[in-house]
Amino acid sequence: MIEANRQGEVWVFAEQEDGALGDVPLELCGKARALADQLGVGVAAVLPGSNVGGLAARLIAHGADKVYLVDDPRLAHYQTIPYARVLTTLIEKHQPQIVLYGATALGRDLAPRVASEMRSGMTADCTDLAISDVTDPRSKELHKNLLLQIRPAFGGNIIATIVNYDWWPQMATVREGVMPMPEPDESRRGQVVEETVEIDETLLALKLIERHVEPRKVNLKGARVIVAGGGGVGSKDNFKLIYELAGAVGGAVGASRAAVDGGYIGKEHQVGQTGTTVRPALYVACGISGAVQHRAGMEESAKIIAINSDADAPIFSVAHYGIVGDLNKVIPMMIKALKERR
Amino acid sequence: MGSVEPETVPYDSIVCVKQVPDTANVTAEAMKEDGTVNRGALPAIFNPEDLHALETALEVREAYGGSITALSMGPPKAAEVLRECLYRGADRAILLTDRRAAASDTLATSYILSQAVKTIGRYDFVFCGRQAIDGDTAQVGPQMAEKLGIPQITYLEELLGVADGVVRIRRNVGNGWEIVEGRLPALVTVIGSANKPRPAAAKRVMRYKRARAEAELASQARTEMADASDDQRQAEVQSRAAALNERGLLIEQWGLDDIGAELSRCGLSGSPTKVFRVQSIVLTKEGFTEVPPTADGIRQMIHELVIDRTLG
Repeated sequence: MIEANRQGEVWVFAEQEDGALGDVPLELCGKARALADQLGVGVAAVLPGSNVGGLAARLIAHGADKVYLVDDPRLAHYQTIPYARVLTTLIEKHQPQIVLYGATALGRDLAPRVASEMRSGMTADCTDLAISDVTDPRSKELHKNLLLQIRPAFGGNIIATIVNYDWWPQMATVREGVMPMPEPDESRRGQVVEETVEIDETLLALKLIERHVEPRKVNLKGARVIVAGGGGVGSKDNFKLIYELAGAVGGAVGASRAAVDGGYIGKEHQVGQTGTTVRPALYVACGISGAVQHRAGMEESAKIIAINSDADAPIFSVAHYGIVGDLNKVIPMMIKALKERR
Repeated sequence: MGSVEPETVPYDSIVCVKQVPDTANVTAEAMKEDGTVNRGALPAIFNPEDLHALETALEVREAYGGSITALSMGPPKAAEVLRECLYRGADRAILLTDRRAAASDTLATSYILSQAVKTIGRYDFVFCGRQAIDGDTAQVGPQMAEKLGIPQITYLEELLGVADGVVRIRRNVGNGWEIVEGRLPALVTVIGSANKPRPAAAKRVMRYKRARAEAELASQARTEMADASDDQRQAEVQSRAAALNERGLLIEQWGLDDIGAELSRCGLSGSPTKVFRVQSIVLTKEGFTEVPPTADGIRQMIHELVIDRTLG
């Protein structure tokens, strides 16, 4: 572990695969920016890989002030031990106060190994993060500006807030899609710091024999929030409203059969009896009348918002929040309200 | 699984198993009036993915020979999952129980388990389920591997074979799979789609159903001999344990002193993460709210969804 260091930066592990960044490190740059601004410190992304320097500009546009680039052919394919060595070496050198990782298969493999080696705290699968002063209920000691690490536990039956008083850095993995994707700002300037980390052969414990990954597909099953459009959206062109709302809320895009049959969107997005059955934390049904086949695929969602111009649409019978109105007016208002939240 | 040449080198496995509350099946008895879950009232079960880890170890033993040691850390009651391991074919079962280990987070837990693995000594594989359903952290496996100084291979979907001390594994990487090779010893975490765990074998149930750990005998004696002195109870526990041991039915039991654990790295004092606050989720279905299609109405709705943590 490192000493509590309140001047330390807020870090994001910049996960890349075959030289491409996923969404989650960019979402984390946005969140790290907000946390760092509150703490009055900088945001840095740690980018290990081979020939990945070109990704630094995107990390900076999404909120990083600095990118620690570790470019080494031995880091071309992820494996735990050399990547963990990169993180622990840089953490010891630069003493960040917070390190965030995506709660992806890779992030959940890497982050605990780093924490174990550092003997520091690690909270898995956070759905929210915040900065707050915390008084230790045992010692009554006041700790200024701690990272609140908020996550569901016990099969989703409780929400736990975890803190780490002094075994720093404060580290967490964060679920994909829960932090809103920041608007990239291409005019942002940042610094790329090239770092070298000694990676000898003994660290390369595994040999990759074969690899088969598909570009990220529509992941309705795993989505925490789904924004779905139906026949009421009216056209393929107008379906961009659904995408915009999904972007603002950090959700996946779904559709009813009517929207798929109308050619507004591909069948892989279809929710319902003949499509995918989903039970996200939030389901937003836009212009979906709510035929029984559709309701069967989504009525187990924890919260349902229905937007429809027809007050008698059956979708309202399963909704928790119902908005009777024109989705072309309601959705922009929702996007605005989402951007202004907090 | 299988090898071309008849493989004669045996491989020894340690399987880490955990008893967990059945968070996936909340019973009516466990629901409180206010719509929150009484976690203490949930039935205790064998952590699902740990059964898949045990099954993988059994497959390795069937193909190559070797031994299987089941290891569980928890209260005396956790011996129940160790009996389940014996019913399915484990050769040896060890209960790691010590009040001073209570409230350990993943870092402290992985330290204690790794000390137990070092105390067991010889092994080729440590198998763990990917994660336990009470916390879903998936951290203890990788953290044990680090403390043991061995490679970790997470998310096993299929063990393709072992040859000359090198294991070949297909692992799930979320959006696909990869096949990796690693030299043993290694720690492997197993996911639910890896295999179909076998049921308990009737003959082994008959043989091991009376197997007990000393801590279980002690709690039994506390109920049965409520009026006896501590010394009398202790003597009775010792004599019952000796009798079980003679029949090969005493589940080994270790405390922190038996595994050379530094106490400052165990329990609350060895845990960097502290639970600061716990909020129960209210599961009762709320009513329907009609939201006016106005900026104020929608802002109010978004605000409510942020407050109840539907929105991050």
